[in-house]
Amino acid sequence: MSSTASPQTARSTVSGSGIVITLAGLLVVASVALAAAQGLVQPGTALAFGIFICIGELIRVTLPGERTEAPLGLAGGLAYAVLLNRSGDAATHGALQVVAVTATGMLLGSLPHVAAGRLPAIDAVARRVLVVAFAAVTFRGLASALYAQGGERGRTSLVALMVAVAIAAWLLDGVLGALISTERTRAPFRALLRNELSALAGIGAAVGSTGVLIALACEVMGLSALPVLSVPLLLTQFSFRRYASIRATYLQTIRSLSRVTDLGGYTESGHARRVSELAVAVGRDLGMRDEELRELEYAALMHDVGQLSLSEPIPGGATLMVTTAEQRRIAALGADVIRQTGVLDGVAVIVERQAEPYRAPQLLDDGDVPLAARIIKVANAYDDLVGGSLEMGRTLDALERLRLGSAYEYDPRVVESLATVLTRSVG
Amino acid sequence: MSDVPRAVLAYVAGLVVVALGAVGWALSNPPSLSTLAWLSLACVATHLRRAEIGGRSVAFTLSSLIVMAAFPIAGAEAATLLALWSALDFGVRDPVKLSYNGAQDVVCAALGGLAYEQMGGPVGHLNAEDFPAALAPFSTAVLVHAATNVVLLMVVLRLAQGATLRSLWRSIFARTAPAYIGYGIVGLLLASLWLGVGLGPLSLPLLLVPLFIARWVFAQYAAEKESYEATVRTLIQAVETKDHYTRGHSERVSKGSVMIARELKMADDRVESLRYAGLLHDLGKLGVPTRILQKTGRLTSDEFAAVQQHPMRGVEIVRDIEFLGEARAGILHHHERLDGLGYPMGLQGEQIPEFARVIGVADAFDAMTTARSYRGARSVEEAVGELRRGRGSQFDPRMVDAFLEALARDGWQTAAVGAERAADGAPSYVRTSVSESVGGGDAGRESR
Repeated sequence: MSSTASPQTARSTVSGSGIVITLAGLLVVASVALAAAQGLVQPGTALAFGIFICIGELIRVTLPGERTEAPLGLAGGLAYAVLLNRSGDAATHGALQVVAVTATGMLLGSLPHVAAGRLPAIDAVARRVLVVAFAAVTFRGLASALYAQGGERGRTSLVALMVAVAIAAWLLDGVLGALISTERTRAPFRALLRNELSALAGIGAAVGSTGVLIALACEVMGLSALPVLSVPLLLTQFSFRRYASIRATYLQTIRSLSRVTDLGGYTESGHARRVSELAVAVGRDLGMRDEELRELEYAALMHDVGQLSLSEPIPGGATLMVTTAEQRRIAALGADVIRQTGVLDGVAVIVERQAEPYRAPQLLDDGDVPLAARIIKVANAYDDLVGGSLEMGRTLDALERLRLGSAYEYDPRVVESLATVLTRSVG
Repeated sequence: MSDVPRAVLAYVAGLVVVALGAVGWALSNPPSLSTLAWLSLACVATHLRRAEIGGRSVAFTLSSLIVMAAFPIAGAEAATLLALWSALDFGVRDPVKLSYNGAQDVVCAALGGLAYEQMGGPVGHLNAEDFPAALAPFSTAVLVHAATNVVLLMVVLRLAQGATLRSLWRSIFARTAPAYIGYGIVGLLLASLWLGVGLGPLSLPLLLVPLFIARWVFAQYAAEKESYEATVRTLIQAVETKDHYTRGHSERVSKGSVMIARELKMADDRVESLRYAGLLHDLGKLGVPTRILQKTGRLTSDEFAAVQQHPMRGVEIVRDIEFLGEARAGILHHHERLDGLGYPMGLQGEQIPEFARVIGVADAFDAMTTARSYRGARSVEEAVGELRRGRGSQFDPRMVDAFLEALARDGWQTAAVGAERAADGAPSYVRTSVSESVGGGDAGRESR
């Protein structure tokens, strides 16, 4: 994965995160300049929300799929964007002030992360600022008309508008997230968007409803709504943290245990790890979903586990060098082991099929061989041929051999994707 | 149904009668229908995605929270009727369980609601002026609800499983107390939003969505954790197939280490990491040629050196699994001896990490009670004698004492002679079929 994220990758494409950061940067400069020139409207409220957003940014959470989010900070920003009233007094701040306060809070909250040596993740902060800015501009633009209406009808439509803006902001968050990840991968935008939206479904709903709730409760409870009503969102965040940590442990463990075949002398050192990195890069390039990528990664890491059942290791562990029947048996043995877990059936199917050709003489395309299995077959063969070497000559030779084998063995789509991924990582 | 004891049936029947009485009382003084409808909708919605967490039989749904919020919002009668929804549980098929759950919740809600109103808790309004006066009746209501729940549950579990009241109290209290505190706080918050802030039914989705997602994600976390455990166990078994004498060994060492850790009252997260350390402690053996592991005679010094490598190789494999923490040191040093004659580093006494001293005792005990290529299995009594002999020289006396204490109480499941099956009914990885198909050199060993 790290090998695919070289800085040169965006040469030919437009940099998604560049756009997001530039837009947010311009907005922030304009809004802060305006705030400095005119002073803040209702500075007490602004300060309270700024501090809240800053704290929210401090306690970030990593969602599965290595997405770093700051749910509480975003909720605070959204709440400030749709805030109309504090303890009976109208909140008259403008949309640009919302941007200024949110950006300041988020940047201050990011400082300790930077100091602790964590990545600044400036694109993630920029994304959150843009989402809040969107909510502030649309809501505060439309609300004044509804506010003038007054009465029960006016209030109901205002609340409906808040909810609508929160939903739109959630969608925008997904779009921006997908835009940013075009930096890392060349997967089709549609696939990236789908991944972002499904990853954000839960936390986004929690953030949106908390933002609206805080804004509404401020009307009566005043600023005490901020700490009190963030409790449910903190619980959500806590659950996500636990979930992300078990997912990380799971992956670390599978990665570690994938090395036992090296230790037993069954495979070349680091083979499983390299195959999985290549496989995931190819899978991402082909637009696989997050969940599919995860199964692909597990299957790639464990694709040689069947060799543990062999009494004599294959020389060098290269399954490429043994007969097809032998390869199939190793695959079947591995699938048996994985199936014993009772929980990784999808992974077992992939491992089982990794030795199959993608088509047969009478069959243009064998639909029974899943894409993940085809990817592992190609990545495995490539690593057996190259063995972690970065020499250009060996890479090209190996690719040539895979292309020659693409009549039956290797799916040409996967081979071409591998070629793309490799060119990118060599830069 | 025939396997439900008569006493339990009688108890549940009695409870149902009481609950029906409560429902009748609530219906005689019916609350506002629209409020009841909104709250019911929320109750049903939270029931739809009910998740058993970690296989626990006592599951809490958000409906307890809604029932508590109903005390101030709509009064005790409404709360009682709302509790009826617990009988509508899509996860439970057993009619006795369903009736029990429904009746229990109705009785809890009715008593909690009565306590709230008796203490003069406000109904239909909850503004800033009502605080802090409303806190006392509300806390009492939560307390009564919780106490009723715990007592009713203790009785039914006592009747059904015959567990002692003391152990029941401990286990039920430990898992209900935090939940009740949380539900009480959020319930009061919901009521304040509904009444004081004037959000009405809108407060339900706005407040409950984050909580709902928190629970949903937590359930996913629990499922993932189980999946993780199953995967680790299976992979360890696959590794153990290489030397069938060690089959089930990791599993048993893990159990033994946990027995010691619990006896020493270690914190839960340490027990957890020890459990995995026990499972993973012999991974490095895979790097030792099978020929040496299964040798019947005395090992040459070269062969012994190869065996001594295994803790280092094992720890090398697991070094990136962060949560193992100090368990990694436990794996590295599990063959050290207190007198400094162990390996790989010859550490002495307190220099040896605590986890290593724990695993060392469990490992030695299981090794002694299992047949090895160079000797048969010893009985548990003989092995206990060996542990006593090595107490202070090879083993840490504290660990030996803790282990013997736990052993006397819980017993020990030794490996089956000939190791034809894994311990405790864990799915055994079928080596025979593998050996036949591969035609490996050690296939003949299965015949013994």
